[in-house]
Amino acid sequence: MGERAASNVGAHRDAPGKEEKKAKATRDEYGDTLLELGKKRSDIVVLDADLSGSTKTAKFAKAFPDRFFNMGIAEQDMVGTAAGLSLTGKVPFASTFAVFETGRAWDQIRLTVCYSNTNVKLVATHSGITVGEDGASHQALEDIALMRALPNMTVIVPADSAETASVINAVADFKGPVYVRLGRAKVPYVMPDDYKFRIGKAFAFKIGKDVNLIAAGIMVAIAKKAADILSNDGIDTGVINMSTIKPLDGETLLKAARNSKLIVTAEEHSVIGGLGGAVCEFLAENHPVPVKRIGINDTFGCSGNPDELLKIHGLTAEDIVKTVKGALK
Amino acid sequence: MSVMTKGKVTDVKELKHIAKKIRLHILHMLTKSGSGHTGGSLSAVDVAVAIYFSKMSFDPKDPSWKDRDRFILSKGHAAPLLYAIMAEAGYFPMDVIDNLRKVESPLQGHPCCTSLPGVEVSTGSLGQGLSVANGIALGLRLDKNPARVFCVMGDGEIQEGQIWEAAMTAAHYKIDNLCAVVDNNGLQIDGPVQKVMGIAPIHDKWAAFGWHVIGIDGHNMEKILNALAEAESIKGKPTVIIANTTKGKGVSFFEDKVEYHGITPTPEEYERAVKEIHNG
Repeated sequence: MGERAASNVGAHRDAPGKEEKKAKATRDEYGDTLLELGKKRSDIVVLDADLSGSTKTAKFAKAFPDRFFNMGIAEQDMVGTAAGLSLTGKVPFASTFAVFETGRAWDQIRLTVCYSNTNVKLVATHSGITVGEDGASHQALEDIALMRALPNMTVIVPADSAETASVINAVADFKGPVYVRLGRAKVPYVMPDDYKFRIGKAFAFKIGKDVNLIAAGIMVAIAKKAADILSNDGIDTGVINMSTIKPLDGETLLKAARNSKLIVTAEEHSVIGGLGGAVCEFLAENHPVPVKRIGINDTFGCSGNPDELLKIHGLTAEDIVKTVKGALK
Repeated sequence: MSVMTKGKVTDVKELKHIAKKIRLHILHMLTKSGSGHTGGSLSAVDVAVAIYFSKMSFDPKDPSWKDRDRFILSKGHAAPLLYAIMAEAGYFPMDVIDNLRKVESPLQGHPCCTSLPGVEVSTGSLGQGLSVANGIALGLRLDKNPARVFCVMGDGEIQEGQIWEAAMTAAHYKIDNLCAVVDNNGLQIDGPVQKVMGIAPIHDKWAAFGWHVIGIDGHNMEKILNALAEAESIKGKPTVIIANTTKGKGVSFFEDKVEYHGITPTPEEYERAVKEIHNG
């Protein structure tokens, strides 16, 4: 796994400025936050499956070698061991790439984490196509669907590094299984300085009268950019960061649906079973309105640099603008 | 019942008597429920009784007591065995076993830790218990808690790859507060283990993975007690007891019969089985 200089997703088209300078990968923030948590709390333990340099749990490992367990390339065993540690009162954070964490160990997560309702925190990095050059085998595009289907599981996708820090602290205090989805590439800071994450609470930058963009993860920054373009074109556009995908914040979603003509979801995940799926399920039952889902259209990814891949898969601000204008015609 | 302390029942005769009672409870609940796993519940009775009643400290009135020893039934289909032991130990009234596999019963088809306090973790999908046992053992070690962890697996179960991941982990982290048991009854659903997917040589495999291996007759109570004592004395590496057992042990017409993996006694078979156990 080469550690190349990761590109700056979603910010590359901006003129060099504040946003670009402030970008940081959510996995880097995870490593830093975990280290701070480790200093404050002796019950925090960390497991990794031979990717601690990439998931950034290596920082915790160096500072607290007794509380770090490298499980080797054995994700199933890692999840079971994490469940065991939690049964002695520890708060285990188990990390690897999203594709291995959720796919390779799904039945282990189902039985010993969710069905057993153990206090295990699964924090996966390298989700989505912005993994980049490693290609489809390493790009998790189904992980939200896999985790969301499990009873007792909470699913969180932070939008930027500030939110990631807030999320990691919140899940450490929360009792129960949690899946946190992080990325490899740098993402710009998008959340307001005074924002504090709460599990199950979406953040509305604005509720629009024409369209509301419901986004998660790296797509929040991209949706904001799209909203700026749309607003300039006279389309009243709102943006909501739905960082907790389960449990979904139905209240905020209803507000957005009742106040506008169109909902557009945006995620770096398959359009099947992820944020778009969750939003459609909720709205179909509670307040049916037209919805467009932007995401990976039931296909695998491929190698390439992250920005090229976002373009190929139709995940740019321009793609969102086009979709909104097409749907509002 | 207050806290059961280590070595509470060391008398072989008494342990054998408890094992007899456990076999009767298992047959009773399986006959009553009409579904469940007979053969693999009966094969592991003697080892499980020895672990629970001669070795483990626990408090049925405080199942989450932090200093308790832990028992993980990785072969979750032997749930009737676990339930019989827990009822006998006082975790719940004996009549609860009449509700095995019934709707809303705490006694689910496979052990469920959220519906039955005293079950450490839910099992049933095979191959997962040893990883959990390792995690508990590591957590206890971090806390400098001297409690021990026991994990009972099936011989067919060790075909699961995760078992060998966990076997590596236990040796790598020198987990010596753990004693694993393979209930080596030689049969699985589709036939003899060696015919379905050979696992021999079992001893050499575990030894090659860095474990201290003890092979015994899994129905000989003296040998089981000796093996458990030996396991406790081994430091710096995990121990596995390969308990050579007979599937359906205790009821002649169930013994070594593949078909009694997953079917239960008829009322007539139950009467005959009870007589055999009383006379045995």
